[in-house]
Amino acid sequence: MNRISKVFQRLSTNNEKALIPYITAGDPSLELTKKLVFQLEKSGADIIELGIPFSDPMADGPTIQRASERALANNVSLRDVLDLTSEIRMHTEIPIILFGYYNPFFTYGAEKFSRDAKEAGVDGVLIVDLPPEEVDELKVYVDKDSLDIIFLIAPTSNEERIKLITKKASGFIYYVSVTGVTGARTSLDNHIEEYVAKVKELTDLPVGVGFGISTPEQARTVAIWADGVIVGSAIVKIIEENLNSPDMLTKVGQFVRRLKRGIG
Amino acid sequence: MLPDKKGHFGIYGGRYVAETLMPALLELEESYYRYKDDREFQQELNYYLREYVGRETPLYLAERLTRRLGGANIYLKREDLCHTGAHKINNTLGQIILAKKMGKTRIIAETGAGQHGVATATVAAMFGLECEIYMGVEDIKRQSLNVFRMKLLGARVQPVSSGTNTLKDAMNEAMRDWVTNIYNTFYIIGSVAGPHPYPMMVRDFQSVIGKETKRQILEVEKRLPDHLIACVGGGSNSMGLFYPFRDDKEVEMVGVEAAGFGINTGKHAASILDGSVGVLHGSKTYLLQDENGQIKHTHSIAAGLDYPGVGPEHSYFHDIGRVKYASVTDKEALDGFRLLSITEGIIPALESAHAIAYTMKLAPKLDKEKVIIVNLSGRGDKDMNTVAEALGVSL
Repeated sequence: MNRISKVFQRLSTNNEKALIPYITAGDPSLELTKKLVFQLEKSGADIIELGIPFSDPMADGPTIQRASERALANNVSLRDVLDLTSEIRMHTEIPIILFGYYNPFFTYGAEKFSRDAKEAGVDGVLIVDLPPEEVDELKVYVDKDSLDIIFLIAPTSNEERIKLITKKASGFIYYVSVTGVTGARTSLDNHIEEYVAKVKELTDLPVGVGFGISTPEQARTVAIWADGVIVGSAIVKIIEENLNSPDMLTKVGQFVRRLKRGIG
Repeated sequence: MLPDKKGHFGIYGGRYVAETLMPALLELEESYYRYKDDREFQQELNYYLREYVGRETPLYLAERLTRRLGGANIYLKREDLCHTGAHKINNTLGQIILAKKMGKTRIIAETGAGQHGVATATVAAMFGLECEIYMGVEDIKRQSLNVFRMKLLGARVQPVSSGTNTLKDAMNEAMRDWVTNIYNTFYIIGSVAGPHPYPMMVRDFQSVIGKETKRQILEVEKRLPDHLIACVGGGSNSMGLFYPFRDDKEVEMVGVEAAGFGINTGKHAASILDGSVGVLHGSKTYLLQDENGQIKHTHSIAAGLDYPGVGPEHSYFHDIGRVKYASVTDKEALDGFRLLSITEGIIPALESAHAIAYTMKLAPKLDKEKVIIVNLSGRGDKDMNTVAEALGVSL
């Protein structure tokens, strides 16, 4: 069993939920990303999502767009993030998922990416703009290398699509809680409970919920229905507000601890 | 028949979008297939194309330009005479009638030169639908006249300041809007780009250009042309002209990309000639990108060509050799702009001036019996500020 499944199994045995923070790799530098990953783990993260910066992040709101720009200003590439993952892997067994847009992966080469990612200690990959209809060109390789491939399910996905997606997915399902881009929102969508229940009816995979979750209270509410909670922009915002502050790591740690306490 | 069921042209095209958009694309595809051969839909579209856009547009023998270049006979397909001044309205009209049939109440679009934005704002005004246009702040600066036109037409123009502040970023922002307002909003894409079914749908709506051209040239010359020439940014006017001729092997077709300051300077927008295959804005196609798959900054004096990708069917036509792709620089395009103005009294859009500039190179090499058709995709009124600046004239 791979690291992602192990984490969900352990949590489920203890009746706990997974906290899955997202940060953009290379924001503000690869060195800090490494420290941030250790800090996230220490503060209660169960799985880490590392964003691969892209010049045209179509599914992201302003906060993560800016993070991507900061990383690209340092010329951070997919190769760099794989190297970073290798370094991180020497110190921790926390599952790492690469989250990004397809073009950098495609340019790297699907077969080579899959092999190098496995070797670096990556556990799964989530490519926003690679729906089940187009995924096979990558999936043949990641299946061979036993990497998990995580898919989004959206409020617009009907039962037929949920079935199509869950058939190809592994690791867990990422339920997008809103129709829209990433970014903190003041209130949660009213239908999350209903949709998550629908997805869980159709698959045995754990279901994480993300997009727009920014407070411990929201995280707590979502964790009642889901197996995991994904928080991105709210963390990236703390990084952004403390770019030149020595307190960045502490502040991120404090926030993540509050999130973890929230979801119990 | 291409595209295949999933929207692929060979290895190109497809639907590389986030899951939230997939159901909307499937709904759009289904509706398009339902209406595309529907008599009532076609009648409505043809009525507006005739009475509102002013089709058919003339196929005009440019005698003085022909004489000046001293070679092949040059015909101009006068899309510049369409209502709003460019071919873009052929497509926006088709898509907005579809939007209405689908019960959508809000229209969004991206624009570079502003021609697609104006064409969208125009039909939205005519059909009484709310309209929002995304435009890069760089383009807003150089196409201020079109911005004002869109506002007069009742559209809201949303400035986009991210990335390179041009067309590709406007498209990113329009996609973000669409994913947020998916239930009531119809996204009118202006080129043969984007995820399936857009490249096919825009091609079909623009094919009216090539169908008319074929009929017209057969009537006056009693034969097919030897060469078709059109500029290629995303590639909608060229696809519209070329597509109905694709099986006529004797017709050579040339797509002219923007070489900007010159291909070797790296400051250009020639995606096919200098790009590599990648995935952007929902489809797999030739892109200008760096070795890490990040999209490059592009440059062209023509805002409508200033885009780092190209429609996927063009990538396919390039690979199978059906269309030849060439390029001309900003400077050559300006020469074409001036030559057409003084010889024919027609001021072309800077985009279309690229096709004229290529014709200036080709026509003198051909015999006088040969026939070239150039797609004059738009008129140049919108470019007065840009051209004046390039020529060092202050207005």
